[in-house]
Amino acid sequence: MRVALMATCLGDTMFPDVAKATVTVLERLGVDVDFPEAQTCCGQPMINTGYLDEAEPVVRVYHRAFADHDAVVLPSGSCAGSVRHQHEIVARRSGDAGLVATVERQAHRAYELSEFLVDVLGVTDVGASFPHTVAYHPTCHSLRMLGVGDRPRRLLEAVRGLELVDLPGERECCGFGGTFALKNAEVSSAMGQDKADSVIASEAEVLVAGDSSCLMQIGGVLSRQRVGVRTMHLAQVLAAQEESA
Amino acid sequence: MSADAPTFLGMPPFPEAAHEALGNEQLRHNLRRATGTIRDKRAQVIGELDDWEGLRTRAALIKDTALHDLDRHLVELEEQLVARGVTVHWARTAEEACMIVGDIAQSHDVDEVVKVKSMATQEIELNEALQARGIAAWETDLAELIVQLGHDLPSHILVPAIHRNRTEIRDIFRAEMGQVGRAAPEDLTDDPAQLAEASRLHLREKFLRARMAVSGANFAVAETGTLVVVESEGNGRMCLTLPEVLVSVVGIEKVVPTWDDLDVFLQLLPRSSTGERMNPYTSTWSGVTEGDGPQECHVVLLDNGRTRALADEVGRQALRCIRCSACLNICPVYERTGGHAYGSVYPGPIGAILNPLLKGVGHDEQVDSLPFASSLCGACYEVCPVKIDIPTVLVDLRAQVVDAHREDRRPHAEAAAMRAGAWAMGSSRRMALGQRASGLAGAVLGRVSRRANASGRQVLGWLPSPGSAWTRTRDLPVPPTESFRRWWKRTR
Ligand code: SF4
Repeated sequence: MRVALMATCLGDTMFPDVAKATVTVLERLGVDVDFPEAQTCCGQPMINTGYLDEAEPVVRVYHRAFADHDAVVLPSGSCAGSVRHQHEIVARRSGDAGLVATVERQAHRAYELSEFLVDVLGVTDVGASFPHTVAYHPTCHSLRMLGVGDRPRRLLEAVRGLELVDLPGERECCGFGGTFALKNAEVSSAMGQDKADSVIASEAEVLVAGDSSCLMQIGGVLSRQRVGVRTMHLAQVLAAQEESA
Repeated sequence: MSADAPTFLGMPPFPEAAHEALGNEQLRHNLRRATGTIRDKRAQVIGELDDWEGLRTRAALIKDTALHDLDRHLVELEEQLVARGVTVHWARTAEEACMIVGDIAQSHDVDEVVKVKSMATQEIELNEALQARGIAAWETDLAELIVQLGHDLPSHILVPAIHRNRTEIRDIFRAEMGQVGRAAPEDLTDDPAQLAEASRLHLREKFLRARMAVSGANFAVAETGTLVVVESEGNGRMCLTLPEVLVSVVGIEKVVPTWDDLDVFLQLLPRSSTGERMNPYTSTWSGVTEGDGPQECHVVLLDNGRTRALADEVGRQALRCIRCSACLNICPVYERTGGHAYGSVYPGPIGAILNPLLKGVGHDEQVDSLPFASSLCGACYEVCPVKIDIPTVLVDLRAQVVDAHREDRRPHAEAAAMRAGAWAMGSSRRMALGQRASGLAGAVLGRVSRRANASGRQVLGWLPSPGSAWTRTRDLPVPPTESFRRWWKRTR
């Protein structure tokens, strides 16, 4: 099986440590990871803002970059969701039957990290140790668009030393929403504030989620208010092999 | 009294309207409490059913089937209604519908009508139209009454006065009831039982006097010519049985083909809307029954943009909506802004798609702002009893808004940014160049930034516009000096 990493535009540019951690986890499990350098972005920023024509070349780039892979692993629920559920919309609008066929053939090979680990590799214990109190925020697209269910939680529960605490109102959106965060900045901030408040209420040391974008939102609020809670991507926790103090 | 009732006309686009609402702490508090309570009740009664998903699927299918052959079902409905002594009117627009209802009232020489809670009549602003012809329309649903007496606008589909708390309601009752009928007692407190009693006495006078009633309908059964109204308070049944003349304004999408179809909806609707297993009052009527109830029945079948919505391939599923409000109650955006910010009697997620679908994208800036009033979290789709994929419709409508502006002479800054972004992401070489630039910026900013987040990463607390929209409330990590792509190249 040929496995590729899609770092995502945000991960590649702003959060390279998340992509590196994804590689670490996959390689530890014996996966030979490929990083096709032709990759860029899934097109979601344009699609969700309504710029479907603009998204078309980006969607093409994605499918060209990953044409030869059996599985594409994305450390992002929303990017995986966009590939699986939105590329088809862009392809159909383009009127290019070839692109439609390509998307039909390839889009389903995109896996969010926890899906790939649990469903494809059949693993929940990835050999990580992370002796900290952790709250997990299930991001909306991984939860509702992909239906990852309790996979991330099972992965976290198998991490040595990790204590998983409840996040009040965990299923509620953090307010990021892509360009929503700018176009409706005040509502987005109000949502982010409430999420940050529930992170504080959880008394966790670290907030974990499967999307860097949501972590940027929640972490942005926490940092602004100098709350000493760290935000980490699921991949980073799964990559960790910290000894307990 | 509705002369000074406000309307949604001239509401600013969503972000602006939301700004005001977000500043109102009391409103947010009221909303969180109210939606939270209904949300929990809903979750509980839904958990009791073995096959909620199956019911949702059947409901969606019934509605789709009905909408697919809407013309046929509507003609059948008309035939059945006429055969049972009902006069059927067809209204293309809100104006036509209001005219029809006003004419009926005038032909009976009435100067007041009692109203059953109805979204269709709010949508067409019937009360205002009747008022202009000297006819008073009295809302009899408790929450609608509160809105009407308070010279206010509805902010929720099911509970239009959800933004009010008990104390505010007491004050409204004390100040206003006496102006339009039986006054509230001087010593009225905010005890719910007392408030209910005051409205009961106030309304009873109107029920017993009015000669004409106006209703909507939750469902219209084509096969039997039956209209259905579900409600909680019994005021609806008073209106539907006491007056001599009954006029029902019914959106054409309310039609269901058969009586048996109700079985599914009467399970879904109360559970989704009030969190009850069954609603307290379900009234069904098929035309005129001699010597019993209204002796003259009219049905106004209302289009007002519905055929436009039906023509929208992606959006037409919005016509399945049974106005349960579950999507409002779960929506994190609605919970924080309340309903007024949506500038329509249809607020929340359904309003964000229904208004542009009914009025047409490009109608005005306010309508065009609605599809963007969502973080696309998908909670609405998850709870919708008729499985309307609201996030997908939102994205499609966003594309329609963008497309409507493609020919603009001066392109919007956002369009320019999106085009630039798409150009950069259209090739990995260009993207890598962009990353080199952001890496250099990161190296500089990392040196000037004096703040780090809890993970020890340098952050920015200020950016120029449009980035300021982010940094006003949130820090942003300084870009790393090396992208993943470069790291991979360097180390592999
Ligand atoms: S869209 Fe669905 S959830 Fe929202 S009011 Fe309509 S039926 Fe209810």
